[in-house]
Amino acid sequence: MNGQGKSNETVLSVQGIKKKIGRKEIIKGVSFEVRAGEIFGFLGPNGSGKTTTIRMLVDLIKPTEGRILVCDQDVNRNPELALGHVGCIVENPEMYGYLTGWENLEHFARMQEGITRERITEVVEIVGMDKRIHDKVKTYSLGMRQRLGIAQALLGNPRLLILDEPTNGLDPLGIKELREFIRKLADRGMSLFISSHLLSEIQLMCDRVAIIARGEVIAVGDVDDLVSQADTYTVWQLDKPEEGRVMLASDPEVKMVGDTEHQIDESLLTGMPDAIITVMEQEHIPRRVQDFVQAGIGVRSVQRVAPSLEELFLRLTEGERIG
Amino acid sequence: MANMMNLVQNETLKVWKKRRFAVVVLILLILIPVFVYAQMKIAQNSAEKFKGDWRSELQNRITDNTRALGSDRIPEEWKKWRRALVQQLQYYLDHDINPQSPNAVTFTRGFMDNAVTMFIPLMVLAIASDLVSGERSSGTIKMLLTRPVRRWRILLSKLVTLTLYVSFIIVATVVLCYLISGLVFGYRGWGEPVFVGFQVSGANVNTSTVHAIPQALYVLMQAGLAWFASMVVAILALMVSVLVRSTAASFVTMMAAIIAGAILTNMASSWNSAKYLFNVNLELTTYLQGTPPPIEGMTLGFSLAVLAVWAAAGLAVSFAFFTKQDILN
Repeated sequence: MNGQGKSNETVLSVQGIKKKIGRKEIIKGVSFEVRAGEIFGFLGPNGSGKTTTIRMLVDLIKPTEGRILVCDQDVNRNPELALGHVGCIVENPEMYGYLTGWENLEHFARMQEGITRERITEVVEIVGMDKRIHDKVKTYSLGMRQRLGIAQALLGNPRLLILDEPTNGLDPLGIKELREFIRKLADRGMSLFISSHLLSEIQLMCDRVAIIARGEVIAVGDVDDLVSQADTYTVWQLDKPEEGRVMLASDPEVKMVGDTEHQIDESLLTGMPDAIITVMEQEHIPRRVQDFVQAGIGVRSVQRVAPSLEELFLRLTEGERIG
Repeated sequence: MANMMNLVQNETLKVWKKRRFAVVVLILLILIPVFVYAQMKIAQNSAEKFKGDWRSELQNRITDNTRALGSDRIPEEWKKWRRALVQQLQYYLDHDINPQSPNAVTFTRGFMDNAVTMFIPLMVLAIASDLVSGERSSGTIKMLLTRPVRRWRILLSKLVTLTLYVSFIIVATVVLCYLISGLVFGYRGWGEPVFVGFQVSGANVNTSTVHAIPQALYVLMQAGLAWFASMVVAILALMVSVLVRSTAASFVTMMAAIIAGAILTNMASSWNSAKYLFNVNLELTTYLQGTPPPIEGMTLGFSLAVLAVWAAAGLAVSFAFFTKQDILN
């Protein structure tokens, strides 16, 4: 652990991997690099090839073409060297239910040289499981299994931690804790590779992101840069919606968005009757509010709604829908 | 790089904690008393039938056979067989053993003869069928194969573990048989002579090499042959377990193969090439008894060779698939 946080050292390098299963090409060329100490998001809808790619990163699936290097070691040719630097949870953290948490950790500690009893105690403390660690895993809740999975992944002091949809099944508090935990690990110089199908999650957690769709990486870059490419919606709720709609539509700086055109989550809109969805610059909002007040229209709420993954996809793929 | 001992420790621990071996021992503890009781009933019946003095009966048989040895009309190889028989009868008389009443060692011997084709393979499957497919159905294979250990080493550790448990099963069967049946029949009988060396050629049994060995040695030979047959079953089950994702499917596949073998054996097949199937060759202990083999041309050496070839092929397939296969779910 270098303790200095981010540097330009490349920990994971994925170079043009492709995968054919049968005749179908599932992964059609994926390349990206993950640097030391950064949290790297891997974003894509379900069925886009996310999980297949992750499985290739940890040698569960062999790519048909291309190579994957972890700390300059080829994962497929020298798994015993490359995977020593990697800790991972692929999909659910499945451990042996008939063993206790501690026995599970001992089991995986025996598979790698140099993991002492002290190290096991240490990771148990890191994930805060000391109370239940000697219970059988089959009695654990999903959240506890997740923690045990992370403890297992941390055993070998990895340079790279791969987490596949880590917030699945966690409650909001658990998600918040996990986010803080991930940030703490990154600050100590560990690189994290986190997959998700939720843009908001990636936005909250990650420094950089690769976006995958239909087996291809369609964009790699800083999360903020990518997100700014998609429009942020401004949603109005007025006490005279019809008059307000006319006023907004007459303003050349405001773009109206029809009910069928936007990509805002339905569940968000059900709590907002008569919402008027627009796209406009943030600095124009106060002047609009003034106009409404002068016209005798009460403003109940103005909300900025961040674009969804779908919205971003539409931008990146020039209007093609996902899947 | 983890060393092999650690990996074997892991695998052994998992089988143990899954209580697989406990189940095997439990089955033995329930079934052996059942057979002991049945054997006891048989012994009681025959004791009622032959109420006469068994010592004088033995003496009569010895006299008859010794007289026959002096006769010119009996061929030389038959005489060898009779000489061995006389030796055995004399042993019973000298050691005051009633050959009709069973002891713990003869019971064990009989049990092993009957268990080698179905019962022991079944217990082996309880452990072997689950070894790889169990990891796949529970999803733990993703954890196991993403650790810095080459895949062939993981499979090898599973194979070593399997060998250990097969050995435990054989030992447990013999020991439990002896201990439980001894309660009823007494713990004697290790030194009793048993005939071996029958050679079956065509329809004739060549008895010229027949000789008596102590029963202890016989049981040891039986256990060795049962171990070999069980290892072949275990290796093939491991292969099926690599190829099939579900434990149930892998167990049923192997069980079907073994039962099919038992049926084919009983059909006294005129289908000669069936002798190259592994499942008709599992009854290795019959070669010790000298009963004719199910298909002409089968000998102990032949069966061992056929089984060895099947096992080698099974291992090759297991390792080739396990090291290359994609873990898709």
